[in-house]
Amino acid sequence: MFKHIVSGIQNIGHRVIESVWRLGVAARFFLLVLLKSSTSLRRFGLVVRELYFTGVLSLIIIVVSGLFVGMVLGLQGYETLQKYGSESAVGTLVALSLVRELGPVVAALLFASRAGSAITAEIGLMKATEQLAAMGMMAVDPIARVVAPRFWAGVISMPFLAAIFSVMGVFGGYLVTVVFIGVDEGSYWSQMQSAVDFRFDIVNGFIKSCFFGVAVTSIAVFEGYDAPPTAEGVSGATTRTVVTSSLVILGLDFILTAFMFRGVS
Amino acid sequence: MQRTTMDLWVGLFVVTGIVALMILSLKVGNLNVYNPSQSYTIIGNFENIGGLKVRAPVKSAGVVVGRVTDIQFSTETYDAVVTLSMDSRFSFPKDTFASILTSGLLGEQYIGLAAGGDEAKLQHGDKLMKTNSAMVLEELIGRFLFNKASEDDSL
Amino acid sequence: MASENLIDIKDLNFSYDTRAILKGINMTMQRGKVIAIMGGSGSGKTTLLRLIGGTLQPSSGYVKFAGQVVHELNRDALFALRRKMGMLFQFGALFTDLSVFDNVAFQMREHTDLPESMIRDLVLMKLHAVGLRGAHRLMPNELSGGMARRVALARSIALDPMLIMYDEPFTGLDPISLSVIGNLIRRLTDALGMTSIVVTHDVQESLKIVDYVYFIADGVIAAEGTPQQVRASVAPFVHQFVHGEEDGPVPFHYPAKQYRSDLNLEDPVV
Ligand SMILES: Nc1ncnc2c1ncn2[C@@H]1O[C@H](COP(=O)(O)OP(=O)(O)OP(=O)(O)O)[C@@H](O)[C@H]1O
Ligand SMILES: [Mg+2]
Repeated sequence: MFKHIVSGIQNIGHRVIESVWRLGVAARFFLLVLLKSSTSLRRFGLVVRELYFTGVLSLIIIVVSGLFVGMVLGLQGYETLQKYGSESAVGTLVALSLVRELGPVVAALLFASRAGSAITAEIGLMKATEQLAAMGMMAVDPIARVVAPRFWAGVISMPFLAAIFSVMGVFGGYLVTVVFIGVDEGSYWSQMQSAVDFRFDIVNGFIKSCFFGVAVTSIAVFEGYDAPPTAEGVSGATTRTVVTSSLVILGLDFILTAFMFRGVS
Repeated sequence: MQRTTMDLWVGLFVVTGIVALMILSLKVGNLNVYNPSQSYTIIGNFENIGGLKVRAPVKSAGVVVGRVTDIQFSTETYDAVVTLSMDSRFSFPKDTFASILTSGLLGEQYIGLAAGGDEAKLQHGDKLMKTNSAMVLEELIGRFLFNKASEDDSL
Repeated sequence: MASENLIDIKDLNFSYDTRAILKGINMTMQRGKVIAIMGGSGSGKTTLLRLIGGTLQPSSGYVKFAGQVVHELNRDALFALRRKMGMLFQFGALFTDLSVFDNVAFQMREHTDLPESMIRDLVLMKLHAVGLRGAHRLMPNELSGGMARRVALARSIALDPMLIMYDEPFTGLDPISLSVIGNLIRRLTDALGMTSIVVTHDVQESLKIVDYVYFIADGVIAAEGTPQQVRASVAPFVHQFVHGEEDGPVPFHYPAKQYRSDLNLEDPVV
């Protein structure tokens, strides 16, 4: 009995040490990527190539999801607001929800599962098939040549994708409430414009999406680079990228929101 | 994929992203109406600001003409000192009347300006002379009951 | 005399975790020679190549390449040194996101400022040497295993290095390609004065082209010699290997418990 308790506690301790150690490795790796980024910035073509895979190929899912999220927000918001006779505030509701929260958060979640997992799988497979080792033997640093361009492409794409998501959402809300339901067009936009503040809402949403971009892509490249060089290793790493990214996005969102919107409205 | 097609797509993507950011700033966030670089500041003392918050809009005839940028408590007059940042396109007479209003029954509170008839206009740093406090529900009910009671007395 | 040797390996020991893989290896490799390393599967041949390339650290002993101790170099010096080495990986390790042409051009683009027209000529020359000039537009996933290995070979000789390490260049090749590649290794070594290390199981083919053979077994060098010496050898180990017999001093099995006890056929010891 006593033995079981001790081994249970040992187990917990082991896990904690393990995860702290891994976190340290990840932090070191992150610094390494930053240090070795000069190649990607000098040869921007490398980043452009990755922008295609992370950014352009994520566009469809971002545009479609943004549109539908906005349409649902418009519909639900209208249903609720009309009970209080303030259905003209639906524009405000749609825009504020999107710009402050849903745009950055949902876009980042989609980005993690669309682009993050692809980055992990690609780097992991390159490792498993010894492409990274071969590159190292050719005196080309895989972190500078393979990891850093993907990292920067992800960091650059994320704010753009979040902004596109929000715009599509606002448009989706407009479609449902103004075009289909018949809320006054003027009040949809003017209520929105008087409630959404550039500095507090747009800029803060933008900053959030930048943080999420750094978080998701760091996790993705680290998991790929750290993956055991086997098929299960890579598939496990891909799953971990999506799960860890999603949790980190939501946790980070709470922290950032607490800092940004404390004391206002 | 051909290098140039890829470049084209990435270029389109970046342009779309920038356009989206601009739409958010201009169309959704209304950056052009309220630009702090072209503004003047006026101050108003209010006995009670109710639920007024920093960043609340300042409206006249329903149009946003500025924003609340600061709320302080004055230990000299024991009331609230509210700083308003006004769009410099709109100037108001010196005797403009400011009151704290609520949009809708449960909506947020804002400052409504009703222009007076004075020839002189409000300048940067001026103080609003006439202000009206926020309606506080408890006070309203209290006053209503008090009136009722005095009516009953007089009977 | 010392300058004749491109590689000196002295008392090299290496272990993964606690399992010793190499136990005191000594080798010398002269410039301009083709050296074969043979040994059973899992005997540590690939590991040895990695130690020479500096991707693994020895637990004791050293590898000296052109007078420099590989594992003592800092990162920049190691990278400078690796530019003088080419390595053909056991499984090709082609960059799957680049075409055949771009794979071969990779190092030229990374390490030189050659104009694109010259890179094109050089790449086509290298591909021609392995008989795949016509395939330069294909992607790696469109190649057969043997073709991929030949492209990898072209890639590893792209910058005409001083040393090329071939990890099993002959597996997956048909007899024709096999002798073509064998001769190519020999010709490259002679024409460019480079040194080649060939890890292989193909005893007959490699004995035709190499200058010297090392046999590795159990982490030590079990036998060594020129092809003539190897062919004439009566040492049971070499004989077994050259003639491909299952029974002999080279164990076919990875170290394990008794077969019978692993299958639970024996009475449990109480
Ligand atoms: N990353 C690793 N971690 C732990 N052990 C390893 C690792 N890589 C190889 N080994 C072990 O080291 C030993 C030597 O491996 P190595 O790849 O050098 O063999 P090899 O001689 O190249 O065999 P083959 O002819 O089959 O390619 C093997 O027994 C293998 O189990
Ligand atoms: Mg091997």
